[in-house]
Amino acid sequence: MRFYEYEAKQVLAGYGVALPQREFATTADAAAEATSKLGGPVVIKSQVLSGGRMKAGGVKFADTPEEARDHAAAILELTINGLEPAGVLVEEKRSVEQEYYAAVTYDGRAKRPLIIFSDMGGIDIEEVAEQYPDHLSRTHFSASRPFSDFTAKVAVASVGVTGRDLNQLTRIVAGLARLFLERDMTLAEINPIGKLDDGSIIALDCHLDMESEARNTHRALLQEIGVPDDDNRQARPPTQFEIDAANVDAADTRGVAGNLTQFDGNLGLIIGAGGGSLTLFDAVRAAGGSPANYCEIGGNPSVSKAAALTKLICEQPQVEKIAVMMNVVSNTRVDIVARGVIKGCIEAGFDPAEKIAIFRIPGSWEEEGFALLEKYGVEYVDRSVSMHEAAERAVAKMGA
Amino acid sequence: MAAMFIRVDIADSVQDDPAVCQQLVEVCPVDIFELDDGGRVRTVEDNLDECTLCDLCIDATQPGQIDVVKLYRE
Ligand code: SF4
Repeated sequence: MRFYEYEAKQVLAGYGVALPQREFATTADAAAEATSKLGGPVVIKSQVLSGGRMKAGGVKFADTPEEARDHAAAILELTINGLEPAGVLVEEKRSVEQEYYAAVTYDGRAKRPLIIFSDMGGIDIEEVAEQYPDHLSRTHFSASRPFSDFTAKVAVASVGVTGRDLNQLTRIVAGLARLFLERDMTLAEINPIGKLDDGSIIALDCHLDMESEARNTHRALLQEIGVPDDDNRQARPPTQFEIDAANVDAADTRGVAGNLTQFDGNLGLIIGAGGGSLTLFDAVRAAGGSPANYCEIGGNPSVSKAAALTKLICEQPQVEKIAVMMNVVSNTRVDIVARGVIKGCIEAGFDPAEKIAIFRIPGSWEEEGFALLEKYGVEYVDRSVSMHEAAERAVAKMGA
Repeated sequence: MAAMFIRVDIADSVQDDPAVCQQLVEVCPVDIFELDDGGRVRTVEDNLDECTLCDLCIDATQPGQIDVVKLYRE
């Protein structure tokens, strides 16, 4: 769950990070009023859940309230990457001597949180990593032990920052890391952090993404910063495909068959929930495949529910074939899922033997499931074929 | 869509005992049985493919009165 910048900064302020004076406004008049209140040149920033605001014309500078009103009116009308702004952030304009970058995220490979710090902020961090690796540090830390300021200091000092700057930046990075851990973030990023002409260092922009499942845990915080309970924001609005899949899942309480995210590939995926589905999604990509979707199926959905999801996926014009794959299942029954996917294919007007590239769900009732698949001519494999190998076989069939 | 995977055959003798008819409706976890207006038990076509092969219907009746047929094994 991504936060608007004005919300993210409220959260950040709670962790002792210095920020510019600012006001959130939803009308041009309110932006002019905020400019008067801040009493000087301001920067007006579109509040959209998207990057690329500057390039799109969503960030403008104003010296007077009148200018601020005109700019805010234009920005409030501006759609960026298909998203309408929730308002504008009016912020005092500060003169910046140097920019830094700090982010905390999870390193999936190391299975630990990671601080990324650079003394080259304000630009694309991937570019810094590639072209100026000496200007970027990567520092892992423990997610289970209390965060130590020393770790933040190591991250900052690793790129050669010393003295007063080191102390100030350590406080900011430590605050960001604690926020990340305590608020169940998946990404907490400040880009840029600005060193002002008076030597003080503040956060100029901020991007926070919270684990959606943690909404309940942090309800009080969300209420405090004004996020309504029913504001189920995502990085982009859901597609019709995703909405239809959510409806399939909601229509029948038996098991799970949904949580679908659309991608632009041609291989439809019907994959097992949790780690299994993530692994399988990655396996398809590693094999050179291009998934049309991510989804989660598990908890023994009914035949009709599995069929409805399969039908929906098969009906997408970009989907050439589907792969039905899970890790070894225990409470989800192989035969029930097999019935569902075969029925879904047929209901969508396809021959299951042609449409299903591979069926790899080993586990409970697999003998019954395999008999069924055989009857319909669907290629299936048991647990002796790894998830990665099954994904490779599915991808190989796409060109066939 | 008609059932593709499962057929459930009910012997005529089941209809002689209203209590057994009622019990079939109650035991099936996926609502495959219902009573018609005359109290006779019958299958619900839309639900047949949901059969979990639990055999509760078979246990609730005399041997041979209910036959759960896996069409994909035929
Ligand atoms: S075997 Fe179980 S699920 Fe199938 S019809 Fe009989 S009671 Fe219902």
